[in-house]
Amino acid sequence: MDNHGSYKSLINIWLFLMFLTVITVGAAQFDFGILNVPIALFIASIKAGVVAYHFMHLKHEDGLTWIYATYPIFLLFLLISFTATDMFSRVIN
Amino acid sequence: MGIFAITGKIIKSIAYPSEMVPSIEEDDGHHHFDPVTEHESAKLGMWLFLATELLLFGGLFAAYAIYRAKYPEMFMDGSKSLDVVLGSVNTVILIFSSLTVAIAVKAIQENRIRLVKVMLWVTIICAAIFAVNKYFEYTYKFSKGIFPGTDIFYSIYFAATGVHMLHVFIGMAVLGILLRKVYKGKYNKENYTAIEIGGLYWHLVDLIWIYLFPLLYLVG
Repeated sequence: MDNHGSYKSLINIWLFLMFLTVITVGAAQFDFGILNVPIALFIASIKAGVVAYHFMHLKHEDGLTWIYATYPIFLLFLLISFTATDMFSRVIN
Repeated sequence: MGIFAITGKIIKSIAYPSEMVPSIEEDDGHHHFDPVTEHESAKLGMWLFLATELLLFGGLFAAYAIYRAKYPEMFMDGSKSLDVVLGSVNTVILIFSSLTVAIAVKAIQENRIRLVKVMLWVTIICAAIFAVNKYFEYTYKFSKGIFPGTDIFYSIYFAATGVHMLHVFIGMAVLGILLRKVYKGKYNKENYTAIEIGGLYWHLVDLIWIYLFPLLYLVG
């Protein structure tokens, strides 16, 4: 069975996640107007990606696992975008 | 295989479980024909389960997106009333517990049982601290007369963090069972599938929080 990285690299990845958490809290102190949510989501997605890729060993997984891991993101996009399209295209709310 | 054949197999496996599943005398982890295939299938099954978990929270994220667009002021005020310090502390705790689980998985692959025990204990303690912080947050809100029904923001806040909290408790239970079996000497570098997929579940709890924290506490 395969062996995954070293303890040191795991700790480095954690330090990087801590750094991104500081950035998240720091960025929230400034008002970017309409970009507030996209910036927060962008940083959160980098963190989520790092956790999935390194901690959840996605970098060692095969193509099928990658499909299982990424297709729900597409479904989530459909869920939110279609609900939003419905809600905001109604004449009477 | 057609859809009917698959449905038939599933019904048959529910009705006659003993015929479908090879009998398991003792949970030694090696009850599949091929251990490598078992390891891979178990992981794939866990990823599929995590996909359904993401969509469970997806409904809440959709509700958040729509009501935030409709009532931005309500979300501004609600978000400002949340305790950013406690939220940040909980974020740090949860990401640290993700690291300890990752180390536990790494350690069991190298047969370092003592390290696995320590790391699983630390993870469970982190989860407990997270729960205590959340308890103080909730009771503080209740004392100020803020409840899930106060307005839509708090409905979403309590629903999202509540469902997440449920996952923390389930994660603690899963890790606790794994830890008990580690003490019984059930796992080693040849047989660690349960710890790896239990770890995957715990990482999902972390992943969900990574999104909940900025969306609820910070984006005001």
